[in-house]
Amino acid sequence: MLRDITLGQYYQTDSVIHRLDPRVKLAGTLVYVITLFFYKNFVGYALAILFLALVIRLSKVPFKFMVRGMKSILFLLMITVLFNLFLTPGTPVVSFWKLHITQEGTALAVSMALRLTLLVIGSSLMTLTTTPNNLTDGMEKGMGFLRIFKVPVHDVAMMMSIALRFIPILLEETDKIMKAQMARGADFESGNLIKRAKALVPLLVPLFVSAFRRANDLAMAMEARCYRGGDGRTKMKPLKYKGRDFTAYAILLFFMVFSIWAGRLRLPMLMVGIVQ
Amino acid sequence: MSIVKTENVVYEYQRLDEEGNVEGVTTAVDHVSLDVKEGSFIAILGHNGSGKSTLAKHINAILSPKEGSVWVDGLDTAQEENLWEVRSRAGMVFQNPDNQIIGQVVEEDVGFGPENMGVPTKEIWERVEESLRAVGMYEYRKHSPNKLSGGQKQRVSIAGVLAMHPKVIVLDEPTAMLDPTGRKEVIRAARGLNQVEGVTVILITHYMEEIVHADQVFVMDHGKIAMQGTPREIFSQVERLKELRLAVPQVTLLAHELKQSGIPLPDGILTRKELVEALVAYKNSQK
Repeated sequence: MLRDITLGQYYQTDSVIHRLDPRVKLAGTLVYVITLFFYKNFVGYALAILFLALVIRLSKVPFKFMVRGMKSILFLLMITVLFNLFLTPGTPVVSFWKLHITQEGTALAVSMALRLTLLVIGSSLMTLTTTPNNLTDGMEKGMGFLRIFKVPVHDVAMMMSIALRFIPILLEETDKIMKAQMARGADFESGNLIKRAKALVPLLVPLFVSAFRRANDLAMAMEARCYRGGDGRTKMKPLKYKGRDFTAYAILLFFMVFSIWAGRLRLPMLMVGIVQ
Repeated sequence: MSIVKTENVVYEYQRLDEEGNVEGVTTAVDHVSLDVKEGSFIAILGHNGSGKSTLAKHINAILSPKEGSVWVDGLDTAQEENLWEVRSRAGMVFQNPDNQIIGQVVEEDVGFGPENMGVPTKEIWERVEESLRAVGMYEYRKHSPNKLSGGQKQRVSIAGVLAMHPKVIVLDEPTAMLDPTGRKEVIRAARGLNQVEGVTVILITHYMEEIVHADQVFVMDHGKIAMQGTPREIFSQVERLKELRLAVPQVTLLAHELKQSGIPLPDGILTRKELVEALVAYKNSQK
């Protein structure tokens, strides 16, 4: 049952987006998410939706995978929409009992919902088209400049990639321990919250012990293979920018400038509301 | 020429009580001296707790001897400045296949060692391909290690060490967690390395079947070397092996029992084929 959880939801296929350098995708996601917060009218959002739709089309990832990521924030989305809808002061459109839906509130609710949705789909597009490994590589190289501030970039990237490698192993182990404890009468499914939390102790203790043992073994194996940190290390798959990566950067820059310009035009009918 | 040499190596583990005081000392390796010739296939045999793994960790400079010295290819492992050189010349494969694979893709894991050594990118790819081919895992190079069987994982680990171009490979109970099929795969890969690539192999194990093809066998007990010789010499002393709590292969045991009940068979029969031949020869001589 625990094996159903998937982390790092990479979708295997071959597309232009998949082949892009991970640094482009990281920067792209960041730029996209930031631009979303600059729009003051719905033209900006329309452009953002259009752009995302285009990229999704190029990535060849089926749309249902994007929506999957939405499930986790559905609750948050609903709350945001409802609060904005009912609690924004302004010109009332519909009123019943003590609740008023205002013009401004509707605009704000729609814009918030759009922001959240685009943000989630945009960033899940990155994880869907980039292998976790590529992603850590991209982070290591792309954030290399942080080294001057004594940030151990290589070490963090190495930890991330080891964590990713061990997630399935530890999940499998949890499953095994759980079954072993259930075979001896442990009950993980009934009782109230406190009781269930208590039942997890005999699961977590052996899991922790074994995780530490694994860490110890792995450290020894890494040292035995001459691992001594990032200095003097070469790369089997070094990241190199290709022509298409520069094209992608150019397109991104154009999108950013153009959509922010269009998104901040004063178009009274399409304004987002109080953000003025 | 000797590639690994140990002289009177002693290593002790301290047992601590709950307050962290020294409760006692266990001598895991007790004055062990051995000399391994370049290009040979050596087996170190012993039951659990005989000190064989502790000894193995000295060859890769993971542990440093308390007394005595260890030389790998002429380098003293106790010298701090030799550390990385020793580790690149003497590779080590451990027992648990899951806990020694670092990469998320087979080929990346094999490239990990050369990356650490600062080998240029192009050469890493050449080394990865050649090592994966040597252990017969080349077609799995794009797979995730999590989806491989135990034997396949261990072969990937061996390839990972091989890609560092070591002179010696120490296999520390590489088969202890595998099923019989996996065990055979790994031993075949190890023998291949020795015969085809000419790498010196030191195999640590407690399965006697695996040492049949070794050039020389050392049997350890209580941190000391209890027996040494060719596999045939070792297997001919069935009673002594039983004393050392080692399981003698069935064929050898059967031959031994037959001999004790009066059938004149040669000592130290190792394979089924040998036993059949010896029995046929005996039958013919009876006519």
